[in-house]
Amino acid sequence: MGLAKRIIPCLDCENGRVVKGVQFVDIRDAGDPVEVAKRYCDAGADEITFLDITASHEGRETTVHTVEAIASQVFIPLTVGGGIRTLEDIRAMLNAGADKVGINTAAVTNPDFVRAAAERFGSQCIVVAIDAKRVSGPDEEPRWEIFTHGGRNPTGLDAIDWARKMVEFGAGEILLTSMDKDGTKSGFDLALNRAVSRAVQVPIIASGGVGSLEHLAEGILEGEADAVLAASIFHFQEYTIGEAKDFMAQRGIEVRKI
Amino acid sequence: MNKIAVIDYGMGNLHSVAKALEHVGAQLGQQTEIVVTPDPQLIAAADRVIFPGVGAIRDCMAEINRLNVGRIVRQAIETKPVFAICVGMQALMGRSEENGGVDCLGIIEGQVRYFGDALKDDLGQRLKVPHMGWNEVEQCRAHPLWKGVPDRSRFYFVHSYYVPHDEDSIERGVTGIACYGKEIAAVISRPNLFATQFHPEKSQEAGLTLLRNFLQWDGQE
Repeated sequence: MGLAKRIIPCLDCENGRVVKGVQFVDIRDAGDPVEVAKRYCDAGADEITFLDITASHEGRETTVHTVEAIASQVFIPLTVGGGIRTLEDIRAMLNAGADKVGINTAAVTNPDFVRAAAERFGSQCIVVAIDAKRVSGPDEEPRWEIFTHGGRNPTGLDAIDWARKMVEFGAGEILLTSMDKDGTKSGFDLALNRAVSRAVQVPIIASGGVGSLEHLAEGILEGEADAVLAASIFHFQEYTIGEAKDFMAQRGIEVRKI
Repeated sequence: MNKIAVIDYGMGNLHSVAKALEHVGAQLGQQTEIVVTPDPQLIAAADRVIFPGVGAIRDCMAEINRLNVGRIVRQAIETKPVFAICVGMQALMGRSEENGGVDCLGIIEGQVRYFGDALKDDLGQRLKVPHMGWNEVEQCRAHPLWKGVPDRSRFYFVHSYYVPHDEDSIERGVTGIACYGKEIAAVISRPNLFATQFHPEKSQEAGLTLLRNFLQWDGQE
């Protein structure tokens, strides 16, 4: 027995409210990120990822308060991503009680930001989020590139090289999302995951495409991920975290049971 | 009134540990006052002390030395219960391999070592570094803080350097062991000191139980 593979539910929030509808029938306010986070924590989530999609500056103040409220009641690791662009943004989130921050676009536009962040706050709290899309043809050796702005903007950066560079710059963990798979419920891009996981020393969180419990298990067993992130299958109560863990355990994956 | 001082030497997020202490204090129905401070007088006036730490050991030790935190921690351990967390535990050791070798406080004998880039489990599978996530802790020695914590409960770890567990380390105070490619000291204790490599404040029920027990601990092993 050793380290457990992690299951991480992801909450998308805007102006302090959970969006992309969480549908818990027996929860008082499914839009309240604190209630939802607490619910997942009690159900056995190993971490919570809070993705802030708020655009306005005022809205981001609300985010800090939301993170504070979650961190006062949820005693598992909390990652906050979305709109993290400066060292001050990171400091604000860590002071509010986040344990890690996710850096995405800012890493692409200014890779040295990742280095500065890791030096100042330690690699343990720097998660670099990578959004990758397959750019090779069906008969070619697979190749993926980094895209920003929800998969719209190509950068020309090779995903594997980029992951290596981010780890060298101090990323303590990689959150890897396949833009081809995101929202499809057809499973992770396992080849992408495996390629990145083998290329770097730090843990990989697989993201994008989960539609079934089998997909979660595949992400670990075939995608060689260290953690799996999912949103809708948990939000819409298709499966509970407990069911996901039981399923993974049956596949021989080590999980934390509560 | 149970006064808890969390030593703030400028390294990292102390919000989580303060909130977790507030939470368990309320569960106990105790009047608990948490102060997050570098002030030696406030720390001296507290009933219990938390010695946290995150980030690189060189930066931590630089601040510890600059603010004379070593003396504060030594005095605290002589007089009242102290809970050291993560790099706080590593800072108590003699020396760390991190950052090319850094002298630490030497309150506990022993070295802090790097997991290595070619870490493997018993089956030869590659292990990622940092050691990040929930691992089991074997309670190799009885301790009042284990009360209500089932043996082999999982706790949340995140670290790349570790204190080795070897044949004589139980005599040197190792109270909990975890396994990640090798056996590591997850908990080291002695009278008035309980030091964990993992983060109790992030380890849900198992971690909160340790902190709850700490609030009631008289410092005896």
